[in-house]
Amino acid sequence: MTVKRLTSPEDLAAWRGRIGPPYKQDRVTFVVSNGTCGQAAGSMDVLYDVHEAIEKLGAVELADIRATGCHGFCAIEPLILVQPAGVLYPKVKSDDVRAIVEASLRGEVLEKKVYKDTDGARYARESELPYYRKQNLMISGPSRWVDPLDIETYVAGGGYDSLVKAFAMGGQAVIDEAKAAGLRGRGGGGFLAARKWQSVRDAHGEPKYLLCNADEGDPGAYMDRALLEGNPHLVIEGMIIAAHAIGATQGYVYVRHEYPVAVKNLTAAIKQAREADLLGKNILGSGHDFDINVSRGGGAFVCGESTALMASIEGKPGEPRPKYVHTAESGLWGKPSNLNNVETFANVPWIVANGAASYAKIGTDTSKGTKIFSLVGKVNHTGLIEVPMGTTLREIVEDIGGGVPDGRSFKAVQTGGPSGGCLPADRLDMPVGFDKLWDAGTIMGSGGMIVMDDHNCMVDIAR
Amino acid sequence: MSAAETFCRTKVDTFIETHGAAPSALIQVLQDVQEEYRYLPADALVYVSERLRVPLAQTYNVATFYNAFSLNPIGKRHISVCMGTACHVRGSSMILDNLSTRLNLKPGETSADGEYTLDTVNCLGACSLAPVVVINDAVHGKTSSGKAKKLLEKSAKKKSAGDKPS
Repeated sequence: MTVKRLTSPEDLAAWRGRIGPPYKQDRVTFVVSNGTCGQAAGSMDVLYDVHEAIEKLGAVELADIRATGCHGFCAIEPLILVQPAGVLYPKVKSDDVRAIVEASLRGEVLEKKVYKDTDGARYARESELPYYRKQNLMISGPSRWVDPLDIETYVAGGGYDSLVKAFAMGGQAVIDEAKAAGLRGRGGGGFLAARKWQSVRDAHGEPKYLLCNADEGDPGAYMDRALLEGNPHLVIEGMIIAAHAIGATQGYVYVRHEYPVAVKNLTAAIKQAREADLLGKNILGSGHDFDINVSRGGGAFVCGESTALMASIEGKPGEPRPKYVHTAESGLWGKPSNLNNVETFANVPWIVANGAASYAKIGTDTSKGTKIFSLVGKVNHTGLIEVPMGTTLREIVEDIGGGVPDGRSFKAVQTGGPSGGCLPADRLDMPVGFDKLWDAGTIMGSGGMIVMDDHNCMVDIAR
Repeated sequence: MSAAETFCRTKVDTFIETHGAAPSALIQVLQDVQEEYRYLPADALVYVSERLRVPLAQTYNVATFYNAFSLNPIGKRHISVCMGTACHVRGSSMILDNLSTRLNLKPGETSADGEYTLDTVNCLGACSLAPVVVINDAVHGKTSSGKAKKLLEKSAKKKSAGDKPS
């Protein structure tokens, strides 16, 4: 893959024209979800088997293979998604791969291997699955077609178009748009992103820094890992737009030590973005400069806290300091610094592309847009889900999660990690949102939802 | 200094070149040293301090603050049990107890022969596959005490096959 240096928006459009659509319509693309969870379930073997099957069938000219990040439904991995047909094969075994490839090349569906729900019903198309029915994948959806190690797959789906639009709008207009959209920080605090951006934009001092917190907060939440691993350019694009809005020229992504695949994919993505002049000097001929460095964390839980994180980037022990002076005024190396988390940045390109009004239509009065939750613990369908704010816990646990396994009963769901709290069964009809959860005595946190059944001891959890 | 150094200066120099010879590069350089030697040799800490112009006390402070660093050699088979909440709910503490008894090691300890290190880790973000056990960077999901035992046996056999992690 050779990336052409882009000196104008027209160059980007021309590049996209040469790449074509995300999937070639005259070929069959076998997509394998290959994030950390996919690999742990055996996706590398599946990739190898698909490759071998295509070669043995002499179909190299008819088929493509694509390794992507996490699609969300982790419980059914390893999986093959056949595109453009949209047929999904879950829990793929090595012995079945050849038959799946053969049928797909003939344009057929191997009925006996498609997804079977807990009630026995079968669904061939991924979009039909009950798991996805109540979801809105506006942020995590592109992870289906994006190969994180190939910038062209991101550009093919409209990637970096929001950046062009943002440059044309101007920095203040971007902040106003994010404000009108009501975008709140996805890292836990739920602070209005636009207000933070405004204070850094207005702060005195140069240079200004833009930081991305990928030291994911609560245990049980891993949507940021999935986004960074699966669609790093989405986060990079969101960061460039935000940097333009606040006037930052240098960015850092602080990634947890426990996320080696995220570090690898992000580093590769940054390199490709630099080669295309999407990072560096005079991005797309706009006159704006911005670059990003990756900072690997050292495996200290506290480093998700903003001042500890900044100390860590400076090469010091990650010890928080009192915040008498806001980091917007004096943050990294004493300069104005803005910190948002991965998912917050991932929302930015969508808002710029579709406008604040469309974004604000999704969600509740005070919590706009969607939220990615990791639905784990004692629930049938574990994985990442993206739902509009305001979806009830019951819809999440029962309709999407398929309820509690082994005939046991639901006891509680923990949200927000250890700093949050556990909500018992009588709160299941509560719509989730920053304020609703706060009123109920817990927090949204970064979106972990750990379901517990009647066998889990609440006293143990509290320890 | 009469004793031979336990690390290779040229190698550490390349790490420093990658991240820049500035105090801010300290953690990134130590990460590479840790990855290379599976611990931070004392003389390497001194060398890195000098090159990055960081007081040795501060380097030591950083090296002992972060879980990613170890001042003692890590065993050939580094076994980490995830202690995140999702793994806990699905029984990871039982797996840890089991491995601890089997290896006769407490979490954080390395066996005298340098073969095994048993560790805990705070959430790997593979919660959908809970409980998770990691052996030398290979993530194993949906484990149990029985499966952990098999993984252990499998990793022991790999010794003869050239010590390559799968």
